[in-house]
Amino acid sequence: MRYWRDPLDAGQIEAPGGDVHILADRCKGCGFCVEYCPRQVLEMSREFNRKGYHPPEIVDSRACVNCGLCEMICPEFAIFCLELAASTENPSRVLASPGAEAEEAR
Amino acid sequence: MKADPAGVLTGSHYLDGDFACGEGAMAAGCRFVAGYPITPSTEVVERISRRFPTLGGTFIQMEDELASMAAVVGAAWTGSKTMTVTSGPGFSLMMENIGLAAMMETPCVVVNVQRGGPSTGLPTMVGQGDVMQARWGSHGDYEVIALSPQSPQEAFDLTIDAFNLAEIYRVPVMFLMDECVGHMTEKVVIPEAEAIEIEPRRLTEKSPESFDPYQVEEGQLPEFARAGDGYRFHTTGLTHDEHGYPEMSVECQEVNVSRLVGKIRDNADSIVRFEEEGVEDADVVVVSYGITARVARLAVEEARSQGLKVGFLRLVVIWPFPEKRIRELAGSVGAFVVPEINYGQIALEVERAAAGQAVTWPVHHAGGAVHSPDAITEIIIKAAV
Amino acid sequence: MTVSTNPTVGQEMEHPSAPLLRMERIPHVWCPSCGIGTVVKCYATALERSGVDLDKVSVVSGIGCSGRVAGYLKLDGFHTTHGRAIPFATGLKLGRPELLVTVISGDGDLVGIGGNHFIHAARRNLDLLVILINNFIYGMTGGQNAPTTPLGAKSSTMPFGNFETPFNLPHLAASSGASYVARWTCLHIRRLTWSIEEAIGKRGFRFIEAVAPCPTLYARLNKLGSGLDAMRFYHDTAEIRNGADTREVDVSFQSPIICGKFVDEERPTFLDLMHDHYSNRLGDGYVPMPPEGGMLHER
Repeated sequence: MRYWRDPLDAGQIEAPGGDVHILADRCKGCGFCVEYCPRQVLEMSREFNRKGYHPPEIVDSRACVNCGLCEMICPEFAIFCLELAASTENPSRVLASPGAEAEEAR
Repeated sequence: MKADPAGVLTGSHYLDGDFACGEGAMAAGCRFVAGYPITPSTEVVERISRRFPTLGGTFIQMEDELASMAAVVGAAWTGSKTMTVTSGPGFSLMMENIGLAAMMETPCVVVNVQRGGPSTGLPTMVGQGDVMQARWGSHGDYEVIALSPQSPQEAFDLTIDAFNLAEIYRVPVMFLMDECVGHMTEKVVIPEAEAIEIEPRRLTEKSPESFDPYQVEEGQLPEFARAGDGYRFHTTGLTHDEHGYPEMSVECQEVNVSRLVGKIRDNADSIVRFEEEGVEDADVVVVSYGITARVARLAVEEARSQGLKVGFLRLVVIWPFPEKRIRELAGSVGAFVVPEINYGQIALEVERAAAGQAVTWPVHHAGGAVHSPDAITEIIIKAAV
Repeated sequence: MTVSTNPTVGQEMEHPSAPLLRMERIPHVWCPSCGIGTVVKCYATALERSGVDLDKVSVVSGIGCSGRVAGYLKLDGFHTTHGRAIPFATGLKLGRPELLVTVISGDGDLVGIGGNHFIHAARRNLDLLVILINNFIYGMTGGQNAPTTPLGAKSSTMPFGNFETPFNLPHLAASSGASYVARWTCLHIRRLTWSIEEAIGKRGFRFIEAVAPCPTLYARLNKLGSGLDAMRFYHDTAEIRNGADTREVDVSFQSPIICGKFVDEERPTFLDLMHDHYSNRLGDGYVPMPPEGGMLHER
């Protein structure tokens, strides 16, 4: 999903930050969260969890905007996102390009 | 507790067995009935659907008997006393959800006004062929209670007992009427509400945190919580642990089934009910139930007038079967004669309980009419020889 | 970030949906990349957002993969017989009218063996929220043909492809009288959640079809890849057509799945009609069942 231009106020919007929690041993490795994270926060881990699945791992925590898509789409209740307190770890989280909204089917 | 006066039509009435059964249900506190029309049972729900709107009850005519039974089990989990009403073909359709009621330990009453079978059989004519089905109809091992009235008055009285037994043992109770009792009109005396003892639904007093739907602490019954009271319990037709969660194990199956069976078998002495007369010095005892008991009584009198020593035992509760009493009698009498409108169902139980000590003579009737008393007398005479 | 990405490190925080779930039963029975868990998450989220009193919510399921849903939600839950979730739920609703009764079950359960109950509950406009998780196949028993299996799709009992015409479920529900009809896939997590939340706030027979991947049977038998491939397929082809004529939303094999809210019309429910009718006919003589049910209390 692409906008044909940036919104006029894009420079003033401070996107929230998200803290992604992965309950790795609950994961069955479907890959939904990795595939549909709009900010590419996640990748499939090369490691195995206790059940022998590859859970996701966080590769770009600063990109997370706490959209909650990973939490919603996970069929295993194995990942969730909590909002980071504003301006703690991520002082300048201005969106370069919008797209924080979950990218669903058109 | 005493009956709610709203449901009790106190007075002397001229009612058929179906109407009397409906009145019994309302007096017993039944406030939810789901059913599907089927001859010869429909008058029960016709009575109820006319009276329910005036006493806070809900009747729904479901799309079939599978749905009726499922709705009755569902509504029972709201704490309501619930009932469905049917006859042979519908009874067959209800069997899976009767098993669900047994497995979930759901109190409810299933009325079957028996007609001639198998299949569509004789819709408007009498039969007693569903006795074994009432006991064994759903798959797997479980126990139920079944009662059989012989008159409209008993249709009223025993329907109340059926509801009370369902509460005490948390089982589906089968109310085995027959077309003759259902359509026979006689005087029915309905007492004051104060004179009718009702077994209330006993709700757990535990907190939701400490409650488990199938945990048994005292006796053989778990405590009951109803939907909507914050217990957030789970129940299932699968073999389940004390939390009501599915548990596929030999051990858990043993716990479940032994309780479903044990709570009735271990209490059989207090559930079993029969009437007997002249059995102590009898050579032959006639065992019967329902409408056939009334015919058999004539045969007993006739045989006695011919000088035979004939006793009479009428089953009021059919399941559990009074096997102890039959076994005792088998030691002193020569034979049992068992007339019933089928090709031998209770006769098999009598034979089993007699355990070879006395001969069992079934008096078969395929259905459509009651026995001729002479046919029964004839067998009594043969048995007495 | 405080969270460890090491999969073996302990799980110090619990999932936000935990209060609504029976966490001691998780992991659930559903296969990797099955979509049922996602629908459960959407339902749990919608319930939370709706602000309803969770003590008054009952969930009823039938038999099958989706039949296990009732066993994972921390609500009054009933896992009933095959096909009979709707009549069981009917008893619950009529036995205690204040309850919010949700039926969550599968396609084979609700419109195969339970089809008769489905159309009659819709006809009566009974106050039930019915969420049908459609995976186009009988999953629990090994991939047999379902009344929703698309023409040509393979199943274990149609090994040469299905030749029976499947149900168009939104049309079935709408033409039977449902007052709310929607369809989403389990990729449409937000729209599905909104739809469930909206339906919770409405009355009457509300039907939401949630299309979900069955990687183990439907996808394997039809060589469609994993659940993720199914999600990609929904992503690439699903069309949202709110208000579409339900006659035109049937599903063919691997055709675009038309999603949206198709029907949203309030009309009197079974209980409305019953109360109005008896009030008119019986006047003060009418005693309705109290909202908390017709139970006899100890006196």
